[in-house]
Amino acid sequence: MLNSPTIIIEHATLRFRQQFIFENLHCEIAAGCFTCLLGPSGVGKSTLLKMIAHIIDSHDATVSAAISTKPKLDLAHNIAYMAQTDLLLPWLTVLNNALLFDRLNKSVSKEKKAAAQKLLANVGLADHINAYPEQLSGGMRQRVALVRTLLQDKPIILMDEPFSALDAITRLKLQDLAAELLIGKTVLLVTHDPLEALRLGHKIFVMSGSPATLGEAIIPEGTIPRETTNADVLQLQGRLLTQLEQAQAAA
Amino acid sequence: MKLVLRIIVIAISLLLIWQLIVWFFKLPPYILPTPYSVLKTWWIQAPLIWTQTKPTLVETLLGLLFGALSGVIGALLLISFKPARLWLLPILVISQAIPTFAIAPLLVVWFGYGEASKVITAMIMIFFPVTTAFYDGLRRTNLQWLDLAKTMSASRLATLWQIRIPAALPGLASGLRVATAIAPIGAIVGEWVGSSHGLGFLMLNANGRMEINLMFAALFTITLLTLLLYYTVDFFLKRIIFWQTERS
Repeated sequence: MLNSPTIIIEHATLRFRQQFIFENLHCEIAAGCFTCLLGPSGVGKSTLLKMIAHIIDSHDATVSAAISTKPKLDLAHNIAYMAQTDLLLPWLTVLNNALLFDRLNKSVSKEKKAAAQKLLANVGLADHINAYPEQLSGGMRQRVALVRTLLQDKPIILMDEPFSALDAITRLKLQDLAAELLIGKTVLLVTHDPLEALRLGHKIFVMSGSPATLGEAIIPEGTIPRETTNADVLQLQGRLLTQLEQAQAAA
Repeated sequence: MKLVLRIIVIAISLLLIWQLIVWFFKLPPYILPTPYSVLKTWWIQAPLIWTQTKPTLVETLLGLLFGALSGVIGALLLISFKPARLWLLPILVISQAIPTFAIAPLLVVWFGYGEASKVITAMIMIFFPVTTAFYDGLRRTNLQWLDLAKTMSASRLATLWQIRIPAALPGLASGLRVATAIAPIGAIVGEWVGSSHGLGFLMLNANGRMEINLMFAALFTITLLTLLLYYTVDFFLKRIIFWQTERS
């Protein structure tokens, strides 16, 4: 696998109809670690993520940005994207869903299939490899989505509130799993949950205001996933919640 | 099994109502025969009815096959090429605005007295519902699935084949169900306009000779044929498109 790159975003602007959601935003997403982008809904954080993923539907929105990586990579071919919903295809088995990238691009090799089976077993889905998504719980489905993202073998992972639809306990479990499996990759995780950002982020940016700006990076101590009982985490969570509350009140 | 039972219950109730109407209004047999006499005729004339059912069945199945195929191809053309969308769609609508009944005689002139003209009549009636149902399904792919495919740098063809088409299959299935129900009508209409065989021909003939019993027996056969066809197709569609489970 390629060494994970740093992503450099410059002059990112998003205008929706006549209103600037954000303008001239600069941001550097550090190589090989988790960066969390925290902000209230509607602030444009998901759009920023989609700009990097090249999946903006610029129907009423005007977007522009200079996004590059260091070392230089073709961004479009080096990302894996994970959305809020698992986006599993209901007509494919768990195994085939996990192998979607290969199915879409070339035929699935024996090695890749074996790798998928092993990874699915690692996340506790050994007994469900041939099940269909409908037969799985929400947490299991998102685990398949995580495996699918991993099997793309990309150095950059873009995650758009991937665990927000899950219940609290399942969410914690999946955060642990993500921290373990995505180690060494450049991960950008968009979330509106301060606790999630604090558990997973090596670096946390708070995005707020209108037009939105990025605050100074928060760099909590300790290795990820941080414990929910960690005193620092709890204290920072309180602070971030207040900050988000104020941002939402101002909007 | 429940389905079979339900159909039997419905059929018996309808026959009972029919019988009661005949009794109550004291209708003469040349206006409305009793279900009993119709069934008796059906039984006695079974060999004749069976020989006339075969061509109608063949026409219906061929019409269904070609109609469904052309509908699928039409929808794929519409979704794949913008010019096809702009030019083909109005033509499609026009083709449906012309009543099939009106052009059926023309079809007999063009394609002959034999089975071809009936197959084509059925095909014309089926083509449109299949095309529109499948095309609608193809247009309504979950946008997030398409975004995901894009981030996986999938080609248009791969996306169509792996995501858009499977996602549109439930839509295609409802088009096919409608098609199955109207295919026999297409064949019968073709036979009415000009033929020397088939259930439509038998009905017309019986009507002309005032053999109302036989006419009703033919009608009964057509109904049975349509029901059988519909539930067979439905059975297979449900198994092929297993992920769209019905919830009441």
